[in-house]
Amino acid sequence: MNDPFLIGDAMTGGYGKGPDILHGCTIAAEKGEIAVIVGPNGAGKSTAMKALFGMLNVNSGSVRLDGEDITALSPQERVVKGMGFVPQTSNIFTSMTVEENLEMGAFIRRDDFSDTMTQIYDLFPILKEKRNQAAGELSGGQRQQVAVGRALMTQPKVLMLDEPTAGVSPIVMDELFDRIIEVARTGIPILMVEQNARQALEIADKAYVLVQGRNAHTGTGKELLADEEVRRSFLGG
Amino acid sequence: MDYLNALVAFLNFVFVPGLAYGAQLAIGALGVTLIYGILRFSNFAHGDTMAFGTAMTIIGTNALLALGITFGPLPTALLALPFGIGATILLVLFTDWLVYKFYRDQKAKPVILVIVSMGVMFVMNGVVRFIIGVRDIRFADGERFLITAREFKDMTGLREGLAIKTTQAITVVVALIAMALLFWFLNKTRTGKSMRAFSDNEDLALLSGINPDWVVKVTWMIVAALATTAGVLYGLDKSFKAFTYFQLLLPIFAAAIVGGLGNPLGAIAGGFVIAFSEVTITYAWKKVLVYLMPESLEPDGLVQLMSTDYKFAVSFAILIIVLLFKPTGLFKGQSV
Repeated sequence: MNDPFLIGDAMTGGYGKGPDILHGCTIAAEKGEIAVIVGPNGAGKSTAMKALFGMLNVNSGSVRLDGEDITALSPQERVVKGMGFVPQTSNIFTSMTVEENLEMGAFIRRDDFSDTMTQIYDLFPILKEKRNQAAGELSGGQRQQVAVGRALMTQPKVLMLDEPTAGVSPIVMDELFDRIIEVARTGIPILMVEQNARQALEIADKAYVLVQGRNAHTGTGKELLADEEVRRSFLGG
Repeated sequence: MDYLNALVAFLNFVFVPGLAYGAQLAIGALGVTLIYGILRFSNFAHGDTMAFGTAMTIIGTNALLALGITFGPLPTALLALPFGIGATILLVLFTDWLVYKFYRDQKAKPVILVIVSMGVMFVMNGVVRFIIGVRDIRFADGERFLITAREFKDMTGLREGLAIKTTQAITVVVALIAMALLFWFLNKTRTGKSMRAFSDNEDLALLSGINPDWVVKVTWMIVAALATTAGVLYGLDKSFKAFTYFQLLLPIFAAAIVGGLGNPLGAIAGGFVIAFSEVTITYAWKKVLVYLMPESLEPDGLVQLMSTDYKFAVSFAILIIVLLFKPTGLFKGQSV
């Protein structure tokens, strides 16, 4: 079987010299698909994503991008390799304008990135309207769009989102999910961690339920939505 | 009542000196605020960095004068300024490599870096005194006045004169140029924007591929240029003495904090707030008031709120008031 585009294979590890948080956890994202990680609080969802991005020590197991082993690379080197990451908090430059945020996203690019910026403005029209406003003055949903836009400026080969809908209203959440689906349609594999398990599973091509740092359930979003045990434990019946 | 003479006296004794002093503090405070915003600590060695830059510029000036080169009516020190800036850049980059880099790699807390910078301050202080001595040095040459009090009186026929020293005019002009260059750099260039991004959100800046070493280097270079410029302007306007520059640390920090640490615009505003407060509170207002009040009400005393010996108390008082009631400063800065 072919390797998925991005895979964290049987990852075990934790922060610094602390105890292991992940135990043989496997997460993968295929081209053109949305993969989501769901699970109860403290299950290690964000930790799993950070492990894929090189922000913690993976003691055993490996991370491979497009067949290349990148386990030993730093987060910065992974960005250069084509990984885009949107952290959950502090994911924008609040004192800088929307446009400057996008420019900083493209910092590693030495070529002309005005096309990419136009694409992002097409994807998030509100950002074009507010391009000269300080990003910190925008609403929660708009800030998340800036954050996603910033990560897309490198033209990443895979986009990782850590709880993109945390702290936004349900209406804004639906809109954000629509945008994320649109991004996925452009062919970029998306991996995201989500608190709102039901909505996330509805748009997921592939879903991982983590419990205490281990894979508990894996399947397509629909399969997991239909799974009696998953429904009972995480979706409230 | 004589408003015109009162206004001229006010301009001559309060406004013009305050403006020049404010510009000097503002450029000094810009350096402090940049270090705070990007390297994330209060650099206590800033006053002595200014002293070092000025000392180097004085040596450069003397060398130029020995070669018979002057700058006509302008102070020769302006020609030597690039040399002073260059030497200071080398010094701060060396200090960073030798001292600060070690603590940065350890991810030391800001308070540790502050103490480290105090150590650097003492060393630089010693180095400067060793190189140039502890005495008072005047190094302004060229034309002394743009307009003297006598010329002004003859021109206007007023009783009060308005004298503008060449150094005061140069201070304001150079300060404006330095500020314009700095803001252009921070807002328009790729490196400048990456410095702002780094100051705003270090983690995200690293994720965006911004090279922290380069940002730190460029910051030090800009700070060295600003510190030297501020020091030379202050020295031209008054005189150079290593100990005075060490004392300048207080009004400069007060300016940076009043404006909002980490905010360049705030540093400039803060510089003028501190300078004008110092000058207005320590000025003997009698001279202005005699023109404004009827003879019967003319003040007997000097109407000086505080003796000039207490001018640092003014900075201190403002500093404490701001920290108590508006810790982020007048402009949006980081709270201390």
